[in-house]
Amino acid sequence: MNHLVALPILIPLLAGAGLLLGYRLPLRLQRGLGILSCTLLTLLGLWAVQQAGSGDYTLYALGNWAPPFGILLVLDRLSAVMLLLTASLSLFCILYACRGTDREGSHFHPLFQFQLMGINGAFLTGDMFNLFVFFEVLLIASYALLLHGGGRARSRAGLHYVIINLVGSALFLLALGTLYGLTGTLNMADLAGAISAAPDTDKPLLVTAALLLLVVFGIKAAILPLLFWLPRAYSAASAPVAALFAIMTKVGIYAIIRIFMLVFGLGEAPIADAVWLWVWPMALATLALGGIGTLGAASLRTMTAYLVVVSVGILLATVALHDQASLAAGLFYLLHSTCLTAVFFLLADLVGRQRDRGYDRFSVISALNHRWLLGSLFFLAAVSMAGLPPFSGFISKLWILQASLPLTNGLLLWALVLGTGLLVLIALSRCGSGWFWRPPASTTTQRPLDPVRVGIVTAMIAVSIALALYAEPVMVYLDLTAQQILSPEQYIHAVLANPDALLAGGAP
Amino acid sequence: MQLALLILMPLLGALLPAVRRHDPVVRLAVLAALPALASLMLLLSLLPQVLAGETLLWTREWVPTLGLSVSLRLDGLAWLFATLITGIGCLIILYARFYFAGKSTAGRFYTLILLFMAAMLGIVLSENLLVMLVFWELTSLVSFLLIGFSWDKRGARRGARMSLVITAGGGLALLAGIVLLGQVVGSYQLTDVLAAGDEIRAHAQYPLILSLILLGAFTKSAQFPFHLWLPHAMAAPTPVSAYLHSATMVKAGLFLMARLHPALADTELWFTLVTITGMLTLMVGAFVAMFMHDIKGLLAYSTVSHLGLITLLLGLGTPMALAAALFHLVCHALFKAPLFMMAGYVDQATGSRDMQQINGLWRYMPALMVLTAIPAAAMAGLPLMSGYLSKKMLFVESLQVSSPDWATLVIPVWVTLAGLFSVAYSIRIFHNVFFNGKPVELPIYPPKKISNSALSPLFLLAAATLAVGLAPQLAYQWLVQPAVSAANGLPLPPYDFSQLGARLPLLMGIVALIGGLLFYMARNPLFAIHARLPEVDAKEIFEWLMQRCIRFSQHQVYGLENGSLQRYLALLLGTAVVMGFWATEGFRDWQGSIALQPLDAMTLLGGLILCGAAFGVAIFHHQRLPALLLLGVTGLFVTLTFARFSAPDLALTQLSVEVMAVVIMMLALSFLPQQSPSESRWPRVSRDLIIAGVAGLGVALFAFAILTRPMESISSFFLANSVSGGGGTNVVNVILVDFRGFDTLGEITVLGIAAVAVFAFTRDLHLKERAVPIADENWVAEPHPIILSMVARLVLPIAFLVSAYIFLRGHNLPGGGFIAGLVTAVALTLQYMAGGLAWAQSRMVMQFRPLIGAGLLVALFTGLASWVFGYPFLTSAFGYVHWPLIGKFELASALVFDLGVYLTVVGATLLILANLGKLMTVAGPGKEIG
Repeated sequence: MNHLVALPILIPLLAGAGLLLGYRLPLRLQRGLGILSCTLLTLLGLWAVQQAGSGDYTLYALGNWAPPFGILLVLDRLSAVMLLLTASLSLFCILYACRGTDREGSHFHPLFQFQLMGINGAFLTGDMFNLFVFFEVLLIASYALLLHGGGRARSRAGLHYVIINLVGSALFLLALGTLYGLTGTLNMADLAGAISAAPDTDKPLLVTAALLLLVVFGIKAAILPLLFWLPRAYSAASAPVAALFAIMTKVGIYAIIRIFMLVFGLGEAPIADAVWLWVWPMALATLALGGIGTLGAASLRTMTAYLVVVSVGILLATVALHDQASLAAGLFYLLHSTCLTAVFFLLADLVGRQRDRGYDRFSVISALNHRWLLGSLFFLAAVSMAGLPPFSGFISKLWILQASLPLTNGLLLWALVLGTGLLVLIALSRCGSGWFWRPPASTTTQRPLDPVRVGIVTAMIAVSIALALYAEPVMVYLDLTAQQILSPEQYIHAVLANPDALLAGGAP
Repeated sequence: MQLALLILMPLLGALLPAVRRHDPVVRLAVLAALPALASLMLLLSLLPQVLAGETLLWTREWVPTLGLSVSLRLDGLAWLFATLITGIGCLIILYARFYFAGKSTAGRFYTLILLFMAAMLGIVLSENLLVMLVFWELTSLVSFLLIGFSWDKRGARRGARMSLVITAGGGLALLAGIVLLGQVVGSYQLTDVLAAGDEIRAHAQYPLILSLILLGAFTKSAQFPFHLWLPHAMAAPTPVSAYLHSATMVKAGLFLMARLHPALADTELWFTLVTITGMLTLMVGAFVAMFMHDIKGLLAYSTVSHLGLITLLLGLGTPMALAAALFHLVCHALFKAPLFMMAGYVDQATGSRDMQQINGLWRYMPALMVLTAIPAAAMAGLPLMSGYLSKKMLFVESLQVSSPDWATLVIPVWVTLAGLFSVAYSIRIFHNVFFNGKPVELPIYPPKKISNSALSPLFLLAAATLAVGLAPQLAYQWLVQPAVSAANGLPLPPYDFSQLGARLPLLMGIVALIGGLLFYMARNPLFAIHARLPEVDAKEIFEWLMQRCIRFSQHQVYGLENGSLQRYLALLLGTAVVMGFWATEGFRDWQGSIALQPLDAMTLLGGLILCGAAFGVAIFHHQRLPALLLLGVTGLFVTLTFARFSAPDLALTQLSVEVMAVVIMMLALSFLPQQSPSESRWPRVSRDLIIAGVAGLGVALFAFAILTRPMESISSFFLANSVSGGGGTNVVNVILVDFRGFDTLGEITVLGIAAVAVFAFTRDLHLKERAVPIADENWVAEPHPIILSMVARLVLPIAFLVSAYIFLRGHNLPGGGFIAGLVTAVALTLQYMAGGLAWAQSRMVMQFRPLIGAGLLVALFTGLASWVFGYPFLTSAFGYVHWPLIGKFELASALVFDLGVYLTVVGATLLILANLGKLMTVAGPGKEIG
């Protein structure tokens, strides 16, 4: 019994509820609480990565009810990596938000904490319905954060966002109802066994349920026909919120990996095969659309939103290849792309604040203060984003290419990865040269550049560099993670072999 | 370690000029020269080992999983290139000291040039192909920054972008090629790759690998048709052009071809691709150069042509051709750099680079004229000069070609013709600039003086050109021979320079010389013809192409993502429907094994009304009030359905939720017009109808399929353990607060967040003034009727009692915190409706937001309390106590948890309601409610 496993969910809940109770607390105290919570989460993330590194599953039976009857939290390598990524990203985002963004609307800090609670819960839970609950938590919190600061663009994008996602929730429930009706259980491990043992007359129903789940997760992850809520929502959100949202599409991808590789992935001809059949072309189409969209973007935030789409395409393609090496490469890319897209959302804000007119739009030529510093940061970030050496973008691209080469469909992915890489490069070079080279050198108004904000962005870029320099240990870890993901039997064995052993003592 | 130092010194040295960028240029030049000179000295000290045929290696692991290690290698070939890079680099640093005199940008230039030197050294010294690629892309990036050095000029920005896209794009191809190559060989180490030549050439993917790698090399070395970026890179300051775009970076592609020669060359495909590309580049460059009026433009195209020449020689594939290629490469670096330097000085002295204006400069700068004559003569291939020998070597090699048939004749003629053009433009650059009459309308007249010390780098390079021309054997022996041996892996015999005097090559040389002279003399009519041709600017075409791509993207992607929610939802549901069809294609067993129950009249009637009301909502959705009422009807009938099928808890919950939902929607409705206009045309309406209809039918079919199947579920466990484990007989409630209490915790958090979101969103929301309601019979004149408010006050305590009752009995009988919370909220809502917002708000003891927080915390701490006893989060405990009067009473921790649920529900519901109400109250109670 290790209570630490539940803390990534409980700490933000405690912080969020506490901030609501003390809603009149001075902002400084609220910030302190928020930062404290994120720091603790980061430490917990480090612990989780270390804990899961042994290869064992750390289980936590909520309410002391044995699986499959109670809700189970499961910490494995994948969830540990995602927890750490979320926590460190949230720390950067909240620090950035504390420089003034949190003042633009009400209750930024509790909402931010609830958002983290939802994301962490989704990563930890071993129960399908509980996953649904946490999806709701993170959906409603993200909706509130998206609206933070108000304004027409946010309301409009927010409305689309929430309606599309609510339709998704309805489909999620429908799929869950089908699964429960056919198998009578909700625990992921138990469900996996029941699905693989389902009679043939139930198979088409299960396949439909799986595909419905794919639609649900596809909305979250932003796959091609389902992604249209994303560009406007992400480009309308305030900078630290958009940066935090860099992890949101990854929640969808996490769910796709978890559900289809575990719950539907058992047996000789698992139902997941039907899902991969769909994911592969959709991922490639997403990738292509993202690349083209990047080129045509009218502002850096829109461009970044499409960069998110590109990253989703690449990630899902590596997942759909269903191979240990490519999955591991995809996970490395996940770390890299989350960090970098967040950097670009923040950079857009940094630049926007320094421009006299037009904020982050490309069509407006405007004087720009602090060209040198911002230009250098942009250059480094762009080099990494475009996959040029020597940063993490290059390493991850190289790994994806190497891993996908021996596979049947690998060359198709190659062409698209390299092609979109070129499109991204063109788009970024146009943006950078237009902003940092074109405008008149002198500006009419002097605007102070916040050193803390710059420091945060610099630190995040440094993470990308560190990820490249110390790639090897990370890669080893991720390779083992992929191996663990692709052996669902281990997970099921850990959960169901001796469920009563998970409980503490007898009934109280 | 020495090898790493070679790269590290300029890399780290680049920091010095950056830090001291405000120093005078002289000091900056010294700072920059130190690391460059140190690298050069180190290289020279390693010469004996290289001459002895040793290959020095140094390795440091980076990412072993990917085969990426920082492995360096110094052999003859690497030494030759490294020496050129550092040597010419030193002279460029010296030259820039004069070029940038008095300019503030010198620090930036020196930083970038040292970075570039480090990257370039990295390419030639790499033993690991992936690491070479890293340096390769770095040179592209630094080159991008250097071409855009004068960034305020549009041409510089566009030229920089164009070169980046072409060279980095080629880098992507190279990446692909190298990864493929590495997979074939099983290693990225050069030693292994070079040893596996036969295996590679025999591999099925050899053509693909070769094409990709050559694509990388050709783009970098400006081979036709990728040469277009090079002339536009001339927007860079002249020292940059002299260094990157003539002496070093553009040679990287040639280096790669020489380096991978043993692995890739000696096949028909290699010969065809490389030789023909080289021939085309040679001719296009040489021909266009003649017609460039811009000095740097002429030099750029002549560089293109020389790069083509070397490529052609590399394509021939014989060891001697390789030797000739490298020999010419050295010569070209030595004579092209001073010519660029001359162009830079002339540009600065006269303010122009246009050779139609620049004439007769011998009067003003005689020393420069002399120093230009030597490299120009070498470029033309006049005797005694280095270029004479290398050109002869080309002629000799072209005559050696024996297969294929077309090549034996075409290549010699072709190179002679190209030689003719090169003589012409060489004469032009010398004669046109220094003689050819008097200057025409120079921006700076008379031209500024050039100090003698400024000519020192030119002097050194001209001297080197002469030296190579006079003692070719020595240069060959020390530079070329070890390089070729290292590249080929075979010892190379000494070159017989006397064979250059043979008749045929001599004849070719004379033809080229005389032809070139004639061509130059006929220049004026030729220029006139050329001027009449339409002007084609590759940069503009490139830019146009980019714009087209962008417009295409905007059209396609942003046309698709048009902000229409209808479209997005249609896509979403359409996807689900298509997937559903795909999955259930040919599926027959919809009905399971459970027989259908007989249908009774009441259920049927209820079902029909439910369906009818649902249809009604869809049909009347333009009239909002009737639609909302019908929605209420559906809710009611869902409630009845729950009651009919023995789910009293659900029925109670549904009922209270329904009441709250209708109240909230009524509030929202008052902001909207009574009728919504029809905005969709019939095709879209029918599309939506079809999608919605199919989706709805699909859901029904699914429900049918599932409900007719027998079910064995975990719920039997809940039934069995509800009392013994959860201490309650109402299983639904025990599931909610105990078995799956964690879900409930999540759900009340959702409720709380939603309420806070509504609060945050409406706090600063200012709706446009609502249309003043027309005083007609639809609107009640009295906003708060007295009867209602009186009744409402009476109802309140009763409602509290009811909710307390529902709350307390919840664990054992239908009820619980959620329902109780909703009942309380409904009663309080009634007060708001009856008494008005301000009236009710002033009587509220507590704000709503802390209520939500408190509710969540109560639930959370109930869960945490189990930690004290060593149990996991949310483990429940219960016991029975005897209270006086009441008797035996159950106390369960779950009850406290349920209290949290209750508080959150009350707080959240009222927060939403009060804030929506605030929006419609013109004179509300201040800014914040709740």
